[in-house]
Amino acid sequence: MRTQIEGSRAVARAVALARPEVISAYPISPQTHIVEALSEMVKTAELAPCEYINVESEFGAMSVAIGASAAGARTYTATASQGLLYMAEAVYNASGLGLPIVMTIANRAIGAPINIWNDHSDSMSQRDSGWLQLYAESNQEAVDMHLQAFRIAEELSLPVMVCMDGYVLTHAYEQVDIPAQEQVDAFLPPFEPQQVLDPDQPMSIGAMVGPEAFTEVRYLAHLKQMRALDVIPEVAAYFHTAFGRVAGGLVQGYRSEDADTIVVALGSVLGTIKDTIDELRETGMRIGAVGIKTFRPFPLAGIHAMLGHARRVVVVERAVAIGIGGIVALNVRSALTDPAPRVYTVVAGLGGRAITTASLRALFRDAAADRLQPLTFLDLNTALVERELQRMQRRRSGPHAENMLRDVGAIAASPVLG
Amino acid sequence: MPFQPVKFYQTGSFVAGNRLLDPEERTVQADAGRSNTLTSGHRACQGCGEALGARYALDAAMRATQNRLIAANATGCLEVFSTPYPETSWQLPWMHSLFGNAPAVATGIAAALRVKGRADVRVVGQAGDGGTVDIGLGCLSGMFERNDDVLFICYDNEAYMNTGVQRSGATPPAARTATTAAVGSEPGNVFGTGKFLPLIAMAHEIPYVATATIADLHDIEYKVERAMSMHGARYLHLLVTCPLGWGCESSQSIEVARLATQCGLFPVFEAEHGSVIASTKIRRRVSVEEYLRPQKRFAHLFGPGGRPDVIAHLQRIADQRIARFGLIEGGHLDNDGAHAETNGADGRHAGAR
Repeated sequence: MRTQIEGSRAVARAVALARPEVISAYPISPQTHIVEALSEMVKTAELAPCEYINVESEFGAMSVAIGASAAGARTYTATASQGLLYMAEAVYNASGLGLPIVMTIANRAIGAPINIWNDHSDSMSQRDSGWLQLYAESNQEAVDMHLQAFRIAEELSLPVMVCMDGYVLTHAYEQVDIPAQEQVDAFLPPFEPQQVLDPDQPMSIGAMVGPEAFTEVRYLAHLKQMRALDVIPEVAAYFHTAFGRVAGGLVQGYRSEDADTIVVALGSVLGTIKDTIDELRETGMRIGAVGIKTFRPFPLAGIHAMLGHARRVVVVERAVAIGIGGIVALNVRSALTDPAPRVYTVVAGLGGRAITTASLRALFRDAAADRLQPLTFLDLNTALVERELQRMQRRRSGPHAENMLRDVGAIAASPVLG
Repeated sequence: MPFQPVKFYQTGSFVAGNRLLDPEERTVQADAGRSNTLTSGHRACQGCGEALGARYALDAAMRATQNRLIAANATGCLEVFSTPYPETSWQLPWMHSLFGNAPAVATGIAAALRVKGRADVRVVGQAGDGGTVDIGLGCLSGMFERNDDVLFICYDNEAYMNTGVQRSGATPPAARTATTAAVGSEPGNVFGTGKFLPLIAMAHEIPYVATATIADLHDIEYKVERAMSMHGARYLHLLVTCPLGWGCESSQSIEVARLATQCGLFPVFEAEHGSVIASTKIRRRVSVEEYLRPQKRFAHLFGPGGRPDVIAHLQRIADQRIARFGLIEGGHLDNDGAHAETNGADGRHAGAR
C-alpha cells in the first residue's frame, strides 16, 4: 500500500514484514528511528514472536545477533558511523562464521571531527569485511532491498548490509509502497539455517583454524560472495515478478548506452545525478549514469559491460580513502580493460555537505571537456584550507577543525589563537 | 536439614571430601552417566585448573538440564585448547565468537531459544578472567542488567595466560606477570589495583552470584546446580590454578587453590539478589605466606632481598576479606548484618563441608 512515510519507519515496516525473530538495538543517529519503530511493534505484539534486546553497545548488538543467528533465529540490527566501527570486530566475525544477519547502515560520516551527517565512510570502511553491501537509491528501494536482503542472506548463509543515506533517506518523508504481509510471506520463506546450535545435534562452531586450512576457509568466503553475483540478480528478478517493481540487483544504467561520459555513483545522490543528466542531455551532452546497487561483491562484469564503451567515467563518491583518494573509483578501475576510459574520482558530499545540481552541472561539463583533475573534492573551499596551511607553519597552531570553524564564523574567534 | 559441622577430614590436606557425604550426594568422576562435556584429548597443560573447573561446571550444568545445554565461549585458553581445528573436545553445542563478547553471544542464543519456545534448552557463557573482568565486562554487565537467562562462568586464573601471562584486572597485588615484572620498589602487580568481579556482579542485584575453586569440586557442582535451578542472569566465579602462570607444580593445582581459600585471600560465598547469603568457612586457617610460597609468581617476596613487608600487606588484605565475608566461625558478614553462622542456602550445602 502506498503511504506517506518517513524512510526509517518504512524500513522498520519492511523489516517487520520479514518476521525477524531477534532484533538487537543500540541507539546511534541517524539509525535510531528504525529501531524505535521496531521496538514499538514488538511491544504491541504487532511483530511477534520477536525478541527485542536493548544492548549496551554496538559491539554487543552484533554479538547478540551472532548468538541469535547461530541458534537459528532470523536476526536483524541497525547501526551507523562510529557504531559500525565499534562493532567492527563482530562484523568480521559474523561473516566469517557465515551467519545470515541483515543490518541496516544509516550512512553517516566518521570522526574526528565528530559529524552526524551523511556520507559513506562508515559502510565503505567495512567493504572487505565479508558482508554483502547493497546501497539504496530511494526509500522505496531501501524497503525493497531489505526484503531482498533477508532472502539473499539466507540463501547464501552470508550477512548483508543494506546501506541507506542517513537523514537524506532515513529522515525523508515520501510516498513508499509497503507490501502486504502475504506478499512478503510468499516471497521470503522461513529461515532454514545452514548451521545451528542444537542439543539434538551438538556441534562446535568457531574453532581455531591454523595455516593448514585458513586460506581455504577464506577462499570459500570469497567464492560464496562471488556466488552472490548470481543470487542477487535472481532475487531482484523474482522480486520484480512478485511485487512488480524494479529494485536492487547489481548495477543499473540511466541513459548510459550511448553516453561518452558516464557518472558512477551509489546511494541517494543518483537522483540528483539523473536530474542533472536530464538537463545536460537537453544541451546535447552525451552523458549517462550507472548506479552501483551492490558494492560487495563488486560486480566487475556488470560494470565492465556498462562502462566499456565510454570515453570517460566520473565516479562521484561520498567517502575518501585518505592517502589515495577514491574507493569506488579504484574498484571501478579494476573492472575496466584496455582501452579503458579515463576515470575521474570526485569526492563529494562529505559529512552532509549537499551535492547540488549546480555543482554537478559544472563538474560534468568540466569532465566532458577533460578539464578535471584525476581527483577532485567537489566544492572544496580552497581559501579555507589555504588559511589553515598558512597557520600550520607556526608551531602549536592548534586543532584544525576548530581553527577552520572559526574562519568560517561558525564559532567565536579566540583571543589567544585569533 | 540442620547444620552439622564437619567433624572428620583427611589428614594432611584437611579436606572434607566425598567420604563424608551420603553416597547419593558424592561426586563420582568415573560415573557412567557423566556427560564428559569437555572430553579427553584436549590440549590443556598438565594440571590445568581451568580444564578441571570447566569439566565439573559443565557436567553439572548438563546434568541439571538433562543435557539440554548450549555454551558460548570467549577466546582464551579454554577455547584454544579445546577446539584445535578440525577437532573438538566439546560434547555439547558450543560456539566461540570473540574475546570480549561471550556474554552477548549467550544472550543472543537465549533470545533465539525463547522466541522459538525452547524453554528446555539453557545457556551458559564462559570466559577466563580477561574475557570476563576486562574486555568482556561491558557485554557482561549488559547481560546482567537485562537479567538475561544465562549462567556466566568465569574461570579466573588471575592473568592473561593464553597470551603468555600478562596482567589482567584480576591479577592480585605483588604477583609477577609478563607485564608486571618483579623489579623496582613495587615488584609485581601494584597494590590498590584490580577488581573482584563477584562484587560487581552483585551490584547488578542479579538472582545468583557465587564463587568456588577447583579445590572443592563438589562445591562447584552444587553451585552450578543451584544456579541452573534459577532463571535470569547468574554468575559463577571459579578460581582456577594455572601451573604455568602461577609457577607452581602441576601436581599442586588443587592444593594451591585450597590454600587460596584457607588463607582468606579468595572468599568462597554465595549471594542472591545482591546480598551474601552464605560463605564457606575456613576450616584450617593458614597464613598467606603458606599460599604464596609454592608459587613462583611470588618468589620475589621470599629469600634474601625478600619483602616481608609486602607479605604482611597481603596478610592484612586476607584478614580484611575474612572479616568482610565472614570466613571464620563467629565472624561477621560485611555490612549486611547477617551473622556468619548462616548455614548456607540449605542445610545440605553447609553440611557438605
